[in-house]
Amino acid sequence: MTVGPHRRKLWIALAFLGVFHLAVFCAGFLAPYNFAAQHRDLAFAPPTRVHFIDARGQFHLRPFVYGLRYAPETPSGFAPDASAVYPLRFFTRGAPYKVAGVFSCSLHLFEVDRPGRIFLLGSDAYGRDQLSRFLYGGQLSLLAGLLAAGLSVGVGILIGALAGFYGGWLDELLMRGAELFLALPWLYLLLAVRSALPLHVAESQVFLLLICVMGLIGWSRPARLIRGAVLSARERNFVSAARGFGASDFFLLRRHVLPQTYGIVLTQLALLVPQFILAEVTLTFLGLGVGEPMPSWGSLFSPLQQYAVLVSDWWMFLPAVILIPVFLAYYAAADAMQERLKTVTL
Amino acid sequence: MRFLVRRFAHAVLLLFAVSLLSFALLQLAPGDFFDGLRLDPEISAQTIDGLRAQYGLDRPLPVRYERWLASALHGQLGFSLAYRSPVGPILRERARNTLLLTGTATILAWILAIPIGIWTATAKGKWPDHISGLATSTLLTIPDLLLFLLLLLLAVRTGWFPAGGMVSPAGDANVTFWARVWDIARHLVLPAAGLAVVALPMLVRHIRSSMIDVLGSPFIRAARAHGIRRGRIIFRYALPAAANPLISLFGLSIAGLLSASALAEVVLSWPGMGPLLIDSLLARDVYVVAGTVMFAAVFLIGGNLLADLLLFAFDPRIRVE
Repeated sequence: MTVGPHRRKLWIALAFLGVFHLAVFCAGFLAPYNFAAQHRDLAFAPPTRVHFIDARGQFHLRPFVYGLRYAPETPSGFAPDASAVYPLRFFTRGAPYKVAGVFSCSLHLFEVDRPGRIFLLGSDAYGRDQLSRFLYGGQLSLLAGLLAAGLSVGVGILIGALAGFYGGWLDELLMRGAELFLALPWLYLLLAVRSALPLHVAESQVFLLLICVMGLIGWSRPARLIRGAVLSARERNFVSAARGFGASDFFLLRRHVLPQTYGIVLTQLALLVPQFILAEVTLTFLGLGVGEPMPSWGSLFSPLQQYAVLVSDWWMFLPAVILIPVFLAYYAAADAMQERLKTVTL
Repeated sequence: MRFLVRRFAHAVLLLFAVSLLSFALLQLAPGDFFDGLRLDPEISAQTIDGLRAQYGLDRPLPVRYERWLASALHGQLGFSLAYRSPVGPILRERARNTLLLTGTATILAWILAIPIGIWTATAKGKWPDHISGLATSTLLTIPDLLLFLLLLLLAVRTGWFPAGGMVSPAGDANVTFWARVWDIARHLVLPAAGLAVVALPMLVRHIRSSMIDVLGSPFIRAARAHGIRRGRIIFRYALPAAANPLISLFGLSIAGLLSASALAEVVLSWPGMGPLLIDSLLARDVYVVAGTVMFAAVFLIGGNLLADLLLFAFDPRIRVE
């Protein structure tokens, strides 16, 4: 078996994920509006089309959008108004925002001339730009997914290493505990743990609680896998040799045993991140996550619970569709790492 | 026999641990069912304390756990404050609906997955395998939520299927038994199909890989060298040999299926345990929450026990002590 294709797949997936995460990180720059900016006159407006050729058939190098006029006869209730032309402006100064929560900035990639509006993914019930909300919401959802995956794999490493390295009653106890967590369906467990927490608390607290809850639920599978890897690594000759030279347990674990589990750790991370993103989305969709006006990917979908939105406002599905390639990239990365692991160990 | 007894004891122990865990979690929760009443200036603090005492909410934790456990053994599982009735009967109906949904979905998923898995395993590296690989990895990445919402949209837009619920509103009066069954079956189509699609990719992948393992083993090569027909090799020799990991998979897949089912029940308003759990969670109706979690655990552990029984029946290696 050649290593080549897996490596290529891995790099493609990682490059895509890198670009996507960067885009979400720079939400303020890419988003034309603030996530809470409302345009009440344009509730549930369909995605704005960007044009290059105007009504007279003339080509413009600078793209432009049409204004929207109220049109009750169309399904969405809005129709483009060809008389109102608003050109796109790039690298403009607009609404101020914070980068990484620290640096103030007001540069935006694109905007349209006022009073024109641009909603590339449509708008929601308050006329808020769905693209901006998707990007800002990603900051919360992705961070929750990444941190929760990091936390649960961290706990998994700790428990798996202890159980596998020391064995005996400790192993028995920890693995029975892991079985208990595996014995419950994750959504039921998530909801049960969520119910142990206050229903109404500050947004930042909800966010931290969510991460802790998801991290505490997900540790059992990585812990079992890492335990297995540690068990076999413990018996390797070079580990015995190091032990014979008087290496301490901590040194053995850190220097010789745990480095052998890195493949499993990375694969589990790549598998857990999308699962935790989905967990956050599900909780918020059900009204148990982070509330308005803070956007998260879950709150982007909750309007779909209303009949009218579900039936006529198809663009409300777009954020979910964009998530598919992201998850695909995560799974592809996990897959490629697993294949590489096989070729390396065989 | 020792295998089965050990498994059974293990299941009971696990169930006990789950009950302890879920009960402890719920009692740790700040606030209770009467929080809403407390905001009402018309109701005095004494009244609320009286109510709390009446329902035993002021007792210490071990006492409540003991009483709850005793009530669970009588099939009551505590008292629901929101429904004003014992939890057991409410939950049994919901659990039956969830069981109907997940059971149908499981059967559907396996019926589809086994032929696809076998076919892709025998055509390894050829175009059916590639197509199926692509399809399963795409299906894996579609969020369950999106899938269920799209199914709901399908129902609403086309009108081919009822959009949510389990029975038609006017369906209870003077209709025959078979009309009722047909009504429920029509409502069952969408959620069950959605759940089956959620479960399918994982099953196909596992069936394929365990069939590939078996088909590459020496006894299959020997059978082929003896000139035994392909169909007979696959179904008579390879499939039983590949059954062991698949039966374990059946037990493991129930957890994921129950979670997906809870979400499907909420989105497609199937009156199962999922919506009940969320409603009671928001209302702080603790015994209903604990009971629902317990029932989910019972399903899961029961499914795993069933898998163990099947394993015992199908795999002679297990029976050797």
